Amino acid sequence: MQKNNRANKDDGCYRKKEIGTLTSGGNQKTTRLNLRIPSQTEKLNMAREFVADAAKVFGFKEDDVNNIALAVDEACTNIIKHAYSYDADKEIDIVVSMKKPEFEILIEDRGKHFNPNQVPVPNMKEYMSHYKRGGLGMYLMKKLMDKVEYSIHPKKNVVRLIKYLH
Amino acid sequence: MNEFKISFRVSGKVHVMDLKGYLDAHTAPNLEEAFQKLIKEEKFNILVNCRELAYISSAGLGVFMAFIEDVRTGGGDIKMSNMSPKVYNIFDLLGFPMLYEIFTDEHEAVKKFDAKKQSSK
Repeated sequence: MQKNNRANKDDGCYRKKEIGTLTSGGNQKTTRLNLRIPSQTEKLNMAREFVADAAKVFGFKEDDVNNIALAVDEACTNIIKHAYSYDADKEIDIVVSMKKPEFEILIEDRGKHFNPNQVPVPNMKEYMSHYKRGGLGMYLMKKLMDKVEYSIHPKKNVVRLIKYLH
Repeated sequence: MNEFKISFRVSGKVHVMDLKGYLDAHTAPNLEEAFQKLIKEEKFNILVNCRELAYISSAGLGVFMAFIEDVRTGGGDIKMSNMSPKVYNIFDLLGFPMLYEIFTDEHEAVKKFDAKKQSSK
C-alpha cells in the first residue's frame, strides 16, 4: 500500500492513505484509504485486491474478506455498465474508512444517476425459474454486506457499503 | 489482471469445460462464447468443472442463467462439479442449487448424465 497519492504508472490506479482523528466521542483513529480506478472491467481485480487487503488488516476472517471484495466488485461493475455505459475514460473512486467495529466503503462515480428504488427486490425462486439475467449484483451486495446505501449528490453518485467486525 | 481460462474435453458423451481463475464482468464474455460454441455444435450435455475456479461474481453467474433454457430445450443440461466452498457459497446465496445440479465430484455428474440417457432409451 502506498502512502501518497501519486499514480502508480504500472496499473493506471491512484492510491492515497490518510490517518485522521475525525471521530466523535471516541479516541480511536479512523484510517482512510483511497483508490481511483479507470472505469474498465479489467481493473476490477485492482478494486477487489485493494479492499481485500484493507479488510484483512482490519481483522476480518477470510470469508468476510472474500464477501467484501465481491460486494465491491458488484458495485464497480454496476457503475461501469450503467452509470458510465462502458465509457473507459471515466473514473471510479473507492474510499475505505476503518474505525472498529465499522468497515465502510464509499464507491463514487460521476455518471448517470441510479435509483435503487426502481430495481425490484427479486424473488429468487421466481427469478431463477424464469432464467432472468442481470440485476443480481445488487441482490448479492445486500446479502454480503450489513448495510448498502445509495445517495445522489450534485456531482456524484455514492454507494456506501458497511460491514461490522464482530 | 486476474486470468481466466477455459479448457474443453470430452468424458463419454459429456462435454466438460474446466474453468480456471477469476470469472468476473471482464472474463464472463469468454464463458459466454464457450457456451455459444457448444450450443451451436448441438453439444447439450455440458459439465462445468469448477475445481480451479478461484472467484465468481454475478456477471459469471448470469452466464449460466443465460444458456440453461437453450441447453435444456436441446435435451441436455448444464451441471457443475468440484466447486471450492468459497465459490459454492456464492452459487448457494443466489439459490442456484434449486435449479442446477451441483456435484462434489465430476464422475458423479457424468454418471448422472449417463443414467438419464439410459432411462430415456
